[in-house]
Amino acid sequence: MLSKSTISIKRSVSSIINGNWNLTSEQLAIQETALRFSKSEIAPYANEWDEKGYFPRDVIKKSADLGFGGLYCRHEFGGIGCNRLEASLVFEALATGCVGTTAYMTVHNMCAWVIDHFGSVAQKKKWLPELFQFEKFASYCLTEPQSGSDAASLQTVAKVEGDYFILNGSKMFITGGDASDLYLVMCRTGPKEISCIAVESPTQGLSFGRRELKLGWNSHPTQLVSFDNVKVPKENLIGGMGTGFKIAMQALDGGRINISSCALGGAWFALAKAQEYMQERMQFGKKLVDHQYLRFKMAEALTKLTGSRIMVRHAAELLDNHNPARITMGPMAKLFSTDNCFDVANMALQMHGGYGVMRSYGVERAFRDLRILQIVEGTNEIMRLVIAREMFKDQDNQS
Amino acid sequence: MLKVLVGAKRVIDAYAKVRLLPDNSGVDLSTVKMAMNPFCEIAVEEAVRLKEAGKASEVTVLTIGPKQASDVLRAALAMGADKAIHVHVEERIDRDILPLSIAQLFRALITRDNYNLVLLGKQSIDSDSNQVGQLLAGLLNWPQATFLNKLEIGQIIRATREIDGGLQTIEFPPPAVLTCDLRLNTPRFTAIPAIMKAKKKPLETLTPDKLGVDLTPGYQTLSVEPPDKRKAGIKVESVDQLLDKLRNEAKVI
Repeated sequence: MLSKSTISIKRSVSSIINGNWNLTSEQLAIQETALRFSKSEIAPYANEWDEKGYFPRDVIKKSADLGFGGLYCRHEFGGIGCNRLEASLVFEALATGCVGTTAYMTVHNMCAWVIDHFGSVAQKKKWLPELFQFEKFASYCLTEPQSGSDAASLQTVAKVEGDYFILNGSKMFITGGDASDLYLVMCRTGPKEISCIAVESPTQGLSFGRRELKLGWNSHPTQLVSFDNVKVPKENLIGGMGTGFKIAMQALDGGRINISSCALGGAWFALAKAQEYMQERMQFGKKLVDHQYLRFKMAEALTKLTGSRIMVRHAAELLDNHNPARITMGPMAKLFSTDNCFDVANMALQMHGGYGVMRSYGVERAFRDLRILQIVEGTNEIMRLVIAREMFKDQDNQS
Repeated sequence: MLKVLVGAKRVIDAYAKVRLLPDNSGVDLSTVKMAMNPFCEIAVEEAVRLKEAGKASEVTVLTIGPKQASDVLRAALAMGADKAIHVHVEERIDRDILPLSIAQLFRALITRDNYNLVLLGKQSIDSDSNQVGQLLAGLLNWPQATFLNKLEIGQIIRATREIDGGLQTIEFPPPAVLTCDLRLNTPRFTAIPAIMKAKKKPLETLTPDKLGVDLTPGYQTLSVEPPDKRKAGIKVESVDQLLDKLRNEAKVI
C-alpha cells in the first residue's frame, strides 16, 4: 500500500539539528562544502592533534583551495566576498571537526579582514594574496600580561624614529604563537593613542615564550610574543595613527560572530555524538533513547543549540546590514551561544557516562575547547558590560 | 564534440544511520541528512573533467525528485556543470518511482536536447537497483559501458569496466551510456567561489507529464525490513565438527 503520508522529505527536525532549516540553496551548498572538508580532512585527526599538540598547517593550507583563507574579504585581491552569515556557516561546519583549529582559522581571517578593510592598496597587495592562500599565517596581538578585558590599558609602545617604528612590550596568549608570519600588533603611539602596526616574522627583537600547555585549543600554539626594540618600517602602520582602538573593536565585532560560530559547531558535534550513543547504549532493559529524563535533557540541549544558532546568525545579518542593533546583538549572541553551547557539550559528556571521559570519544575535547570560548574575544563578563552600557546609555548620559 | 547529460540523485547521506518507518513501508527520511548519491558525484566529476579536457562542449545535470532535490543540482553546478534540469515529482524516489520510469524520463530529455553522452552513477545507495543505465541504453539502442574504472575519450570511447573476473576494456563511438564505479575518480571539493558562480547558471524545472512519461510503477514495494540481526557464534570441538556444520547447517560448502 503506497502511502503518501510517509513522504516526509520536507525540512524537518533533521534540518534543525543540522542547522539548515531555512538556508537558501547557496547557503546550504556553502555549509555542505565546509562540512565535507571538516569530515574528511579535520574530524578523523582532531583527537590526535589535540593529544599531540600538533598544528595542522598542511590541512589549513589545503582549505585555502576552497576559499577559507579570506572568507569575508573583498574580491579585489583574491578574497572570497562571503558575507558574515556565510562565514559563520563555514566556521560552524569546520568546528564540528575541531574547534581549536577552526578558532585559529577565524583569527587569521579576522587579520586578513583588518588589512582588507583598513589597509592601504600597497599593504593589501603585499600581504593579502599570500594570506588568502594560507601561504602566510597571521596572528592578532591585543592582550598583554597586564591588560586583558581592560584592553585600552595596553602598554606595548611604538615610538617613531625617522622612517621606522620601534616596538617594545609583550603580548600574551597569542593564538598562533610563533607559527605565524604576520602579526597585527595594537601599540601605544601616544598617551591616549593606540595604533595598529603589522610586524613580519622573523624580525630582529621579535621573540616568543614557550608554547603554553592549555585546557584545550591544543591544535594551535599559544605563546607570549615579545618585542625588544623591534624595528618596523612606518609603511606597516595600518589605518593611520590613533585608529588602533577602532580597528581592534571592529575586528572583534566580527571575531565575536566567528567565535560564536565555533561554539555552535562544537555543540553540534557533541549533541550528534550523544544522539548516536543513546541509540546504541542499553541499560535497565532499554536503550537510553527510551528513558524519558534523558530525552528531555536532549530536547533542552537542542533548544539551547537552536536558540544559539538563531542569535548568532541574526547578529551576523545585522553586521552585514550595518544595523545599529548589531552593537548589542553581537555581544548578546556571543554571551548566549558560548554559555549555552558549553552546557550542551557538558550534557553530552554526561550522557556518555564513563565513555564521556575517554579521549577517544572526542566529546570531552569539545567540552574543553568550548569552555575556552566563554573567555576569549571578550570575556562573557565584558559582553554583559557592553550590553548593559547600551541598555542604560540614556540614564548614564543624564547622570 | 560531446554534449553530456549527467544524472544526479538526491539520496540519504552515505554516513547516516538508516532507520525504518514503524509500519515497515520504507526508510524514515524525516530525521536524516540527504546528499548527492556518491556514484552520481563521481559521474558529475567525470563529466566536468571531460569538459575541462576539451572533450565535451557542455555538461547538463539532471535530477528527478522533490523540491529539495534542487540542492543536488546546485552542488553539481558548483562542481562545474553548466546547466541543470529538475524534473519535479512528489513520489518517493527511493521507493515509488522505478528505474524504467527514470530511464524513460532520461530518454525524453535526450530526444528533446540531443545529448550524445550520458554519465550516470552505477547505482543509487538507497534502492541499489543498478538498472537505469542499462535500461536507458536499451531504450535508446546505444552502446553502454557500466561499472567504469577508467574512461579515455579520443577518436573513440575507450571504457574500462570492473567485472567479476577483473577489468574489461571495450571501445565504441558515441553516442553512449556510461555508468561510473567507485574507483573512476575522486570528486572535487567545491570551492566557495564556484558555489557563488553556480547561482547564476540556468536551472530548468519540468514535470513528467510535460515530457509525456507515465510514472505508474510496474511493481510495488510491499515492505522494507532490516537485515537479520547478527547471531552469536558457537564454539566447535573439532575440525570435523566444523566441516559438518559448514556443509549441513550453513550449507556453504
